[in-house]
Amino acid sequence: MPTTESGITTRGYARPDVLVDTEWVAAHLNDPNVRIVESDEDPLLYASNHVPNAAEVDWARDLNDPVRRDYLDRAAFEKLMSRLGVTPETTVVFYGDKNNWWACYAFWVFQLFGHEKARVMDGGRIKWEKEGRPMTREVPTFASSVYHAKERDDVRYRIFRDAVRQHAQAARPLIDVRSPQEFSGERTHMPEYPQEGVLRGGHIPGAKNVPWARAVTPETGEFKSADDLRAIYEKEIGLKPADDVVAYCRIGERSSHTWFVLTYLLGYTKVRNYDGSWTEWGNSVGLPIEKG
Amino acid sequence: MKAMDRRERSDMLIEYADQFEEVPASVATRPFAERNRAPRCESEAYVWVTDHPDGTLKLHFAVENPQGVSAKAWAAILDETLSGLTPEQIVTADPERLFDIFGRDISMGKGQGLLGMLDLVQHEARRRIDARRAG
Repeated sequence: MPTTESGITTRGYARPDVLVDTEWVAAHLNDPNVRIVESDEDPLLYASNHVPNAAEVDWARDLNDPVRRDYLDRAAFEKLMSRLGVTPETTVVFYGDKNNWWACYAFWVFQLFGHEKARVMDGGRIKWEKEGRPMTREVPTFASSVYHAKERDDVRYRIFRDAVRQHAQAARPLIDVRSPQEFSGERTHMPEYPQEGVLRGGHIPGAKNVPWARAVTPETGEFKSADDLRAIYEKEIGLKPADDVVAYCRIGERSSHTWFVLTYLLGYTKVRNYDGSWTEWGNSVGLPIEKG
Repeated sequence: MKAMDRRERSDMLIEYADQFEEVPASVATRPFAERNRAPRCESEAYVWVTDHPDGTLKLHFAVENPQGVSAKAWAAILDETLSGLTPEQIVTADPERLFDIFGRDISMGKGQGLLGMLDLVQHEARRRIDARRAG
């Protein structure tokens, strides 16, 4: 049965308003000022069923540029928003599979265009399902909207290879959110995933390893409390809220989850996601790596 | 196979996923053996191959990730297309068909995971061919 006590406001987050619980979503399924958006790793999952009236944003089709290794540009973002019937005043609530991994990725891309009215459904798809809430295969359509987006901001939340190199040389905080095996260089992808696409295994010199999913309570899929998160990011690896932090993974998706946690749940003021990540760094000519 | 748009393709695959039947208890029960686990598949797919008296094979699958829709669809497709064939026919199945069915834009990780299921099926078929030759 659905639970009504989510405890988001009791967990001590810097920005508790950025999360909504499943009960809130259930009460806003038909709210014209709210757009529920599912974003998954498995492109079939949304089609198999989803939260009623939820739209889909697919990371490969909708968020990535099909030709350049880059994200969509302003015109494409405006077109996507129009298809979703979203205006700058619409509250967009993201949820998805894998502990909201891809939901946070979509959330991060939306922030590159300054869509501040964005939320994440705590617990993601698995929590909604476990609570026995309704799912449907009906794909909603929305009246097209007019959306004037800001130019994509590649400075505030994003960082590129050469700047990461300077960041590493200056010994500023770098957090590698991949699995310990990827960090050590034993693997170039998560366990169970194919070993693909990177010439060298290891990590950016000076990076510390905190696998992204440690920020989530595995049983519920919900984010851990601020105290528990501080125990991981501050006591274990010594981050501080005013630090200039760069997070990375393999292609920048897992690290967008950590970016979300540090920025919104712990209130860190300068966290950037290096979306080139290990598939760029590990293949780049002349860049140093560390192993072990 | 004719070119499908994204919606047609996902409708077809969901239909297959709906048809997915888990391995019967007469063949395997939990906990499943590690040797039956498909390599590289992060949806934790398991594969079994049993023998019909006429020398053809029957494929069975389990997918432990409840959200592993693609793995379930692929299992149902493999069962429909390869069960009832001989080991010699099964080893000639072309892995490239995966990309015709799921689309060329399937992510590398997912593609490799699904191919891991076919790898295990073909490994089992090849083992039978080798055993027959040796015997």
